[in-house]
Amino acid sequence: MRKTLILARRELAGYFFSPMAYVIGALFLLASGMWFFHAIFRSGHEASLRPLFEAMAYIMVFATPLLTMRLVSEEFRSGTIETLMTAPVTETQVILGKFLGVMGFYLALLAGTGFFLVLIAVYGQPDGGVAVMGYLGMVLLGAAFVSVGLFASTLTPYQLVAAIVSIAILSVFAIMMQLLTIHSPEPWNHLAAQLNTMTYFKDFSRGMFDTRGWIFFGSATALFLFLSVKMLESRRWR
Amino acid sequence: MIDVKNLTKRYGRMVAVDDISFHVDAGSIVGFLGPNGAGKSTTLKILTCFLSATVGKVTVAGHDVLSESVAVRQKTGYMPEAVSLYGEMRVGEYLMFRAGLREIPRRARRGAVEGAAQRCWLLQPEDMMRRRLGELSRGYQQRVGLADVLLHNPPVLVLDEPTIGLDPAQIRSMRELILSLRGDHTVILSSHILAEVEQICDYLIVIAGGKIAASGTPEALRKSVTGPSRIVAEVKGDPDAVMRGVGAMKGVRQVDQAAHGNWLRITIQGDENSDHRAEVAKLAAEKGWPLRELRKEVGSLEDFFIQITYKQSVQAAGEVSRL
Repeated sequence: MRKTLILARRELAGYFFSPMAYVIGALFLLASGMWFFHAIFRSGHEASLRPLFEAMAYIMVFATPLLTMRLVSEEFRSGTIETLMTAPVTETQVILGKFLGVMGFYLALLAGTGFFLVLIAVYGQPDGGVAVMGYLGMVLLGAAFVSVGLFASTLTPYQLVAAIVSIAILSVFAIMMQLLTIHSPEPWNHLAAQLNTMTYFKDFSRGMFDTRGWIFFGSATALFLFLSVKMLESRRWR
Repeated sequence: MIDVKNLTKRYGRMVAVDDISFHVDAGSIVGFLGPNGAGKSTTLKILTCFLSATVGKVTVAGHDVLSESVAVRQKTGYMPEAVSLYGEMRVGEYLMFRAGLREIPRRARRGAVEGAAQRCWLLQPEDMMRRRLGELSRGYQQRVGLADVLLHNPPVLVLDEPTIGLDPAQIRSMRELILSLRGDHTVILSSHILAEVEQICDYLIVIAGGKIAASGTPEALRKSVTGPSRIVAEVKGDPDAVMRGVGAMKGVRQVDQAAHGNWLRITIQGDENSDHRAEVAKLAAEKGWPLRELRKEVGSLEDFFIQITYKQSVQAAGEVSRL
């Protein structure tokens, strides 16, 4: 556990030194801010945070892969993987450390949107339950998205490839499943609805505490972290 | 301390290390010598648990590299051939991070980092510990890599090409540092430069084409590889007459000649333990040929090493042409 935290701290510190992370952070806040002022923060509109959370979830389909693409890829490309994996650390510790590191940065990014919450509280009466559950949903969704991105970056030494692979996986579950739910024939649309990330997220953004969402995001996170560990372990045998 | 049995490593269909076995005693400095692509780095990576062997059993400091990999890594320090570091981190910060991964207790970390930095000449210039790794020169990065390896004072040190990229003064201090580790640490280092390892190592393992070509102490190796003697002479005289005269001597296997200006340089390959210098001098005196050089060449370790390297490249070329 101690080594996991040491690795996580280094990873998190790395984000604060990387210009890329600042650019992504700025773009995320800009996009969600534009949406906030366009769809919510207007006289006559409902003082509801729901549209904001849903927009942020879609932005994350593209933002998290850009944050996670370098995690393992960069270690492979620069060769630091050699010093890292010959230190007495296990693959699980490395993956968990990296995961916690990105989550730290992700939470800092989410905290940035707290500004919108303050604005809306000053000018209206937003639903406190929606705010709490919405942020909780964002954290769970973020954990799942980050672990998908982490997995993609164990596949290749090229950051760009890692980003494209994770955007592809996330788009399938966040966007394509939604279209399939509407357009595919009888039994398949049910299956697509079950696999649609946004179905589960919408419960949170409405202020509902739904265990299905916990299980969906929790198991997706566990699955992709497990695959990342296995992928990293397989390197030794190639 | 290190025990390797029937180690084989294949990358796909390519065999990088082909059934090698060796043993390293505690406290000794062992040199791994071989041309590029001989399988040195692969072997060292298996010793340090970075790669897994395809076949074979490797134990380091009493632990199996496969089943007790973390214990092995705890007891070894590995410096890879090309030390790569996190460019955005500062020297001191990086060493503290590595000390944490090496399970050095929080209180002892700063002391360990300072000790290692001092041993690796990282305290000069003064702001060195605060510099970013990405801005350091090759030599300094190498030193940081070495300091990292010495942090937890491991019983086994594995250094892959430790002097590559260093300037002559740094090579000398690196050599002194490695020699200072003798006794307390078991050091295994690789190189493709013979002169370098010959001076430092107690034992040499020459590896070529994934196989051990020879092993032993530098003295033993030198003795075993000294082949038939060779005599070089430079005379002035009629080439045909010289060749005939020398060729008639007893125990001469082969004579080669080459013109050096208006001097004639002849190389005589004799039987083992033969020495034709006196006869050559006598012949020259009898015929009245001026003689300006006469010496015996002893086969050196260098020759042997070049021979092995040459053989490997010929074999590789053969394999390519067969494909």
